[in-house]
Amino acid sequence: MVITTTIPDSGEHLDSTFASRYVRTPVPKYKMPANPIPKEAAYQIINDELMLDGTPRLNLASFVTTWMEPECEKLMMASINKNYVDMDEYPVTTELQNRCVNMIARLFNAPVGETDTAVGVGTVGSSEAIMLAGLAFKRKWQSKRKLEGKPYDKPNIVTGANVQVCWEKFARYFEVDLKEVKLSEGYYVMDPVKAVEMVDENTICVAAILGSTLTGEFENVKLLNELLTEKNKETGWDTPIHVDAASGGFIAPFIYPTLEWDFRLPLVKSINASGHKYGLVYPGVGWVVWRTKEDLPDDLVFHINYLGSDQPTFTLNFSKGSSQIIAQYYQFVRLGFEGYKNVMENCLENARALKEGIEKTGLFNIVSKDVGVPLVAFSLKDSSKYDVFEISGSLRKFGWIVPAYTMPPNAEHIAVLRVVIREDFSRALAERLISDIEKVMKEMETHLIRVSTKTAHVTATVDETQDGDDGGKKHIKKSARETPEEIATYWRQLVARKKTGVC
Amino acid sequence: MVLSNTFSKSDESIHSTFGSRYVRNALPRFKMPENSIPKEAAFQIINDELMLDGNPRLNLASFVTTWMEPECDKLIMASVNKNYVDMDEYPVTTELQNRCVNMIAHLFNAPLGEAEAAVGVGTVGSSEAIMLAGLAFKRKWQNKRKAEGKPYDKPNIVTGANVQVCWEKFARYFEVELKEVKLREDYLVMDPVKAVEMVDENTICVAAILGSTLNGEFEDVKLLNDLLIEKNKQTGWDTPIHVDAASGGFIAPFLYPELEWDFRLPLVKSINVSGHKYGLVYAGIGWVIWRSKEDLPEELIFHINYLGTDQPTFTLNFSKGSSQVIAQYYQLIRLGYEGYKNIMENCRENMLVLKAGLEKTGRFNIVSKDNGVPLVAFSLKNNSCHDEFEVSDYLRRFGWIVPAYTMPADAQNVTVLRVVIREDFSRTLAERLVIDIQKVLHELDTLPAKITAKIALNGENADKNVTVVTKKSAIETQREITTVWRKFVMEKKKMNGVC
Repeated sequence: MVITTTIPDSGEHLDSTFASRYVRTPVPKYKMPANPIPKEAAYQIINDELMLDGTPRLNLASFVTTWMEPECEKLMMASINKNYVDMDEYPVTTELQNRCVNMIARLFNAPVGETDTAVGVGTVGSSEAIMLAGLAFKRKWQSKRKLEGKPYDKPNIVTGANVQVCWEKFARYFEVDLKEVKLSEGYYVMDPVKAVEMVDENTICVAAILGSTLTGEFENVKLLNELLTEKNKETGWDTPIHVDAASGGFIAPFIYPTLEWDFRLPLVKSINASGHKYGLVYPGVGWVVWRTKEDLPDDLVFHINYLGSDQPTFTLNFSKGSSQIIAQYYQFVRLGFEGYKNVMENCLENARALKEGIEKTGLFNIVSKDVGVPLVAFSLKDSSKYDVFEISGSLRKFGWIVPAYTMPPNAEHIAVLRVVIREDFSRALAERLISDIEKVMKEMETHLIRVSTKTAHVTATVDETQDGDDGGKKHIKKSARETPEEIATYWRQLVARKKTGVC
Repeated sequence: MVLSNTFSKSDESIHSTFGSRYVRNALPRFKMPENSIPKEAAFQIINDELMLDGNPRLNLASFVTTWMEPECDKLIMASVNKNYVDMDEYPVTTELQNRCVNMIAHLFNAPLGEAEAAVGVGTVGSSEAIMLAGLAFKRKWQNKRKAEGKPYDKPNIVTGANVQVCWEKFARYFEVELKEVKLREDYLVMDPVKAVEMVDENTICVAAILGSTLNGEFEDVKLLNDLLIEKNKQTGWDTPIHVDAASGGFIAPFLYPELEWDFRLPLVKSINVSGHKYGLVYAGIGWVIWRSKEDLPEELIFHINYLGTDQPTFTLNFSKGSSQVIAQYYQLIRLGYEGYKNIMENCRENMLVLKAGLEKTGRFNIVSKDNGVPLVAFSLKNNSCHDEFEVSDYLRRFGWIVPAYTMPADAQNVTVLRVVIREDFSRTLAERLVIDIQKVLHELDTLPAKITAKIALNGENADKNVTVVTKKSAIETQREITTVWRKFVMEKKKMNGVC
């Protein structure tokens, strides 16, 4: 006789995710939960929360690539479990990195022979690339000074005040003094004349930016090279140049091939470029290329053998994914010179269209130049009634993320909005953005009128109370503008405070 | 009348990839190609070349995760275009990172209140994590010395010679002297007694490793803590400890919860752990946790606003992908404490199976301990005929990647093979590996006999001269050949420039 037992009702595994208890319990935030949950539930919970993140493609603040072809995504997914640093185990992936370095070096006119191997490395981004380049300069300078029997404890680097934060990080973490050339209203990049004046015997290099983060402008590297060559002749210090081409490195060669900014200039010893900006790859890859072997001191390169065989390594990061390197090679092979050129030309066209649309409103000054990174930076002609920060806040309602920020010294009184035109920002989106900006401006104007009437009422009340107060003191009436401004500032500070804490 | 032109070739766009001209052209290696090619061709060409890479899951050299659930892969792919550093634009992703930091800090028994936010950050790996921790120690020590009016130009750090290369990088790049405690043949990790002896007034911290790369052993952090407290009492130098728990940080709390190695020890001020090792996430994520706010000098934190609002940042990398951070959160809530424990117990079980299988061959000494990272490090009992490097080479033919390497000073004459047991190394694979190792040994055993005969033959013919021809032993010839080939391969690799 067969005895049947009823299976206890473990209906849990039958529940659809949203019918299960998993979406009822609070999400763990401080402590690891004691028990596991089904993978479908884990996926759904996280996926749903992430819906509240901004949409990457509408994030007009970022230079970093937000779209790639599905074929490339396939390659990326297939290589996501390959640890890039295992050169012995993944020789083809390593080879692909080397090919990218070779191609980029030649794109930048590095003085290498037809089949010579260029000196360079793939990094996680331009931050790491810049730190490696800076480290190489620091070490070379120290060695030189030691030989000359001179002090080498106070290295410095000369840059513009418009540098991206990674230069300040490099300076602070590696104990190099940062000598910044101040900007001025109307001149938002490093002035080569002033820069060369600031060079002294402790300067390890002068860093020029091709594609300033703030306005997209290209600095005049050629003029810097000429002036510095002059000064080097007089002083004998041999100060070199590094070009931070994080954005511009993948634009200039295609759109402005006659512009001399790279290794064609003899004092340029190293260049960094972000693969994940106009290199058209998802975040996580940068490149640094040195002119020759001599420009990369050998004692900075490590050799290890515990993954099986000898491997030279000169990066700050060790283990990391291989996907972005492979994606970079895909882009080089897929697009070629012609493809990149077409993409950049499209970006410039769309930037021009956006610029014209914004100018037509009559309310803005265009701060960015036509030559440079395809972006549009614009400020208000009149910021007395409302400022760019409020416009930025209002644009969010439509889904657009357009950042507003102030210029560094000495142009702190200038505040701009900036829209970066990436590969996937089509003409249709540009036109839609213009119409949304027009809507926002209209709102600003009408809202202002409404506020004035309200506050006028409030001011009257305030006056009454103050009349009753007697102390001989003068009571300054708050203007219609100041009260809502105060409130907005208070809230902004409250939110900002909440955000403090290590990133 | 309609005139039709026959085209000699069909329209290019309908060619199948392998019928097109794209697979006939040499692949660009040095210069960017002039023209674009169709995306299908680009995909196929690159995909095919990559087939010749090693199989990540058979790579037994690596601690780094090689398998994740498909649901997680979906999340990873969906967030591959999110730039992690845009805190303002992606507040949920930032929030997930903070939750991970909190959970890991609690896992390490950081002294935090119930709803207090922990101090820590996600990094690209333990290398970046260690550099940040080291930087914090260096700055704290410098500030202390400045306040005391003493010189602060010669900082040093005390570690074992078994440290991973990132400590040497940190030392060289950030100009800190590395004082290494030498190993011994019978003691392959840092000796706490010797370490504390080496501490002087310039020591910014002592770094202990939980899970040595070489043999998986946990260093005795508790003993180090006790001895260092004693010394600090005498000297008043207040030297702290950093624990490099790159591998061990996600093992010890689950397998050895009573082992005191973390913030329970008062001198431990920061800990790093690799999310991409036993944190069970793909390559590209690490974590560093500080005991409290005081242990992270404020001046190292930057505040920027050009992405729209104020954002504090203390990492070496800026822009990077968000996928791995999200994947780490997925694992933490998907598995929970119990899930991680189960996985670690499985790894340990399979490690014991492999170890038993190797011992049964009677040809190996087991160098790794049972307690520690689940890996098996073993050396040949008799390596006069063949050495571990040859075993490693031969295993490649079966598809296995098992590295062989020498120990650092002062145990350089010890060579080991190492197999790391990861989450996805099942019992079946362990048994198969044992069988394949036995096959390799069998093959190597038969080899010398053949070569000795050949040499004998040549020796006779050469005997016509008066000069004495020294017969090369079988192993020496083999070694020569291997060395020549290895040099040849190395030369090829060296030509490729910096890593």
